[in-house]
Amino acid sequence: MSLYHLQKFLFELNRGELAQEKYRDDLPGLLHEYDLTDEEQAALNAGDIGLLYVLGVNGQILMHYAAFLGIEWFDYLNMMREGIKKHGAVRDGVYAMTGGGSSFTDEEKNR
Amino acid sequence: MSLVYSGVLSHAPGITGRAHLVENIDKREEFYAALEQQRQDIAAAGTDALIVIAAEHFANFFMNNMPAFCIGIGDRYEGPIEDPEWLAIEKQSIPGAPDIGLRIAREVMQTVDTAYAQEWKFDHGISVPLHFLTPDYDLPIIPVNINCQGPPLSPLHRCWAFGEALRRACDSVPEKIALVGTGGISHWPATPDSGKINEPWDRDFLDRLMRNDKEALLAYTDEETYRNAGQGGFEIRTFIAAAAAAAGLGDLQFYTAELPIFAVGCTVARFDIV
Repeated sequence: MSLYHLQKFLFELNRGELAQEKYRDDLPGLLHEYDLTDEEQAALNAGDIGLLYVLGVNGQILMHYAAFLGIEWFDYLNMMREGIKKHGAVRDGVYAMTGGGSSFTDEEKNR
Repeated sequence: MSLVYSGVLSHAPGITGRAHLVENIDKREEFYAALEQQRQDIAAAGTDALIVIAAEHFANFFMNNMPAFCIGIGDRYEGPIEDPEWLAIEKQSIPGAPDIGLRIAREVMQTVDTAYAQEWKFDHGISVPLHFLTPDYDLPIIPVNINCQGPPLSPLHRCWAFGEALRRACDSVPEKIALVGTGGISHWPATPDSGKINEPWDRDFLDRLMRNDKEALLAYTDEETYRNAGQGGFEIRTFIAAAAAAAGLGDLQFYTAELPIFAVGCTVARFDIV
């Protein structure tokens, strides 16, 4: 059930300005409030989008978190692709990569 | 008075947030014009309050207590929860319609066990539609949600029943109510496959939707939808509820798969109210 707690942390961060303030002021203290594995804590401490994606964080939760971190759109997509290369396929949930890492927009291909 | 308008539209965050990246400017403007037409149609109907049937993305509801259906009865709402620069929509305070919402929720409950909420934070799923449909944020909003995100999802036939219940409820109040269902058809949002669109699947779904063919619309299984239309395809629930509420034939005013940077086949349609 750890993925549940990981996603709950991000859910509460995404929607709560108080949680966002605490994230900026005392991330270790905030993480301590959740039942997270060492791997999950490390991913959150590093803002590791690729690993969080592979761990199975719902894409809608992850996308909002990436926006909160100020990550540009195409960088966000690449971070997920790099996560797959480094850690393997998405382990849980319904946001698996199905396109083999391809880009589906001219805007990204033409960058 | 009754339900005076029912339609559907896309809500993907890229529609506003990645507008500046679009290369196919003509198509983008055509889409925006269709959305502006929808705004005008809703205004011309004399709308007192707008129901937005959304497929929210963890702005309010989570797997600790996930409602299959929910109706907002709050005084005001906040949104978007997303970074305003990322979504290109400033944070707003949006008027609700608590009195109408309460009467509608009571009537819906006669046949569908809906949750209700006096607090509701809007994410892109509602904020993007409102950006186009009520840009001055002066139209009272009744947010409605169908669980399209956290399995087990609301079954399609219950979404149909929910749409019918909303219709009965709208017809039971003296005010003029407009309704939009907002979601995607086939899409793989928030994944590396963002921008992938299954246009033949979309067009087949839209054909069923415009014919308002209940049997054909309810024939999808989640397994088929996931395989052919991605996890984003689960949002067909909001379109199906809008069709059920209207009961009439649809008019597909706009569809394109040529704006994949928006990560969805962009859609605008309305139904006859019968």
